[in-house]
Amino acid sequence: MRYSVFSLLSQGLRGNRGWQPVWRQPSPKSQYDIIIIGGGGHGLATAYYLAKLHKRTDIAVLEKGWLGGGNVGRNTTIIRSNYMLPPNTYFYEHSMKLWEGLEQDLNFNTMVSQRGVLNLFHSDIQRDAFARRGNAMRLAGVDAELLDAKQVKQLIPVIDIDNARFPIEGGLFQPRGGTARHDAVAWGYARGANALGVDIIQNCEVTGLDIENGSVRGVHTNQGDIRAERVGIAVAGHTSVLAQMANIELPVESHVLQAFVSEGIKPLLDTVVTFGAGHFYASQSDKGGLVFGGDLDRYNSYAQRGNLPTAQNVLTEAVAVMPAVARLRLLRQWGGIMDMSFDGSPFICKTPVEGLYLNGGWCYGGFKATPASGWCFAHTIANNEAHDLNAHFTIDRFERGNVIDEKGAGPFPWEQ
Amino acid sequence: MHRIKCPFCGERDESEYVYQGDASVSHPPLDASVSDFYRYVYVRDNPKGWHREWWHHVGGCRMWVQVARNTLTHEIYATALAGETLDFPEDA
Repeated sequence: MRYSVFSLLSQGLRGNRGWQPVWRQPSPKSQYDIIIIGGGGHGLATAYYLAKLHKRTDIAVLEKGWLGGGNVGRNTTIIRSNYMLPPNTYFYEHSMKLWEGLEQDLNFNTMVSQRGVLNLFHSDIQRDAFARRGNAMRLAGVDAELLDAKQVKQLIPVIDIDNARFPIEGGLFQPRGGTARHDAVAWGYARGANALGVDIIQNCEVTGLDIENGSVRGVHTNQGDIRAERVGIAVAGHTSVLAQMANIELPVESHVLQAFVSEGIKPLLDTVVTFGAGHFYASQSDKGGLVFGGDLDRYNSYAQRGNLPTAQNVLTEAVAVMPAVARLRLLRQWGGIMDMSFDGSPFICKTPVEGLYLNGGWCYGGFKATPASGWCFAHTIANNEAHDLNAHFTIDRFERGNVIDEKGAGPFPWEQ
Repeated sequence: MHRIKCPFCGERDESEYVYQGDASVSHPPLDASVSDFYRYVYVRDNPKGWHREWWHHVGGCRMWVQVARNTLTHEIYATALAGETLDFPEDA
């Protein structure tokens, strides 16, 4: 069913009894052309673009839990393309352009809201660094504006511009950045892929990879063996677990990242704001809750929950930026497992195993990358060759010395 | 909250420590190949389960402590000083 104001009206007049499930629940066939492991945002987007742009429809997406139950539903929903290093700038800007047309493309309301992303700076040196990043963005055709303290205060009246420890000198603003509804992104891509004939199989955990003479032949799952010529891994958080099945060594560690939502309040914050003297990012959802997060817990973890020292740190930063939120109560807090690569940049590439493709290493950047990640991964799988946009996101960039270390943090994943 | 037993100071909250990464990797000889150094700096097993790791007791005695910790349950099995042998679960 195509969604429109007419479908909404006609269903409403008939008591909303005619809505249909938006994706099938098929049993796996014994063979597919392409298998995508992981039914999160990236896996579903990959299947959608493979079917839509590359006319490959004999595809299965295997999800070990339920659709959208992993990191696509565990992030702080921020979308932006304010990166400085060329491989990141062009890749994330491609993603931003896809976000801008996503709802029309999918015929699904993903609630993309270009409310702007503001990175605060607190010193002259930080201003210079942000100006440099803003200039790099503008040279690449991305929007960026350098705001002074007065303009910041105008944009976010609740902000504490005269913070005694970290006074705010200004901010780097990307007006086209913003937020999107993360669950709807997973559902929209799933609906789109399903309509083009992709089988989305939930509760299907991959337990092994079938590899013969250096080529992939299929996967072993808890629902039986499935053969395929090409297999794509898109399981960020658990990439090492899958890579181990193929004996591939990776520069990746899994770390837990927490996120928080406050109780709902009246409109307070109509943009996305980040604190430059620490690591804190916040926006306000349409329901009124403040959605925010900060640093990793800084130890290897596969547990989808974090610890209190990090929570305290994040909440302290929230109050430093907006003292007015000090008496708000938290509604929810949760954790997601990040694939932390050793330079903070992702992998979208071929692997040493023929027919096996890797999408992972997303660090903090996975959600905003969803459309471009799927788009580039689909191109890479369909053509057995990377697109220019993801040509740098290989595994061997570390051994060749071509790391893409946006933050300059060095080879410490928990510092990225 | 992790509580990590420092061999000198006893059981202390994780907030006294700074995490310093995988303790199972070791520095290759100086004449080792680029590939060996690549693996030392970048490649990690990243196990879902028991993990050997360094925690630096910055807020205490400043010693580096080896910890056998489970990355799925956050359970701590044993700790030891650098240079000592760390008890490690047999099923790992």
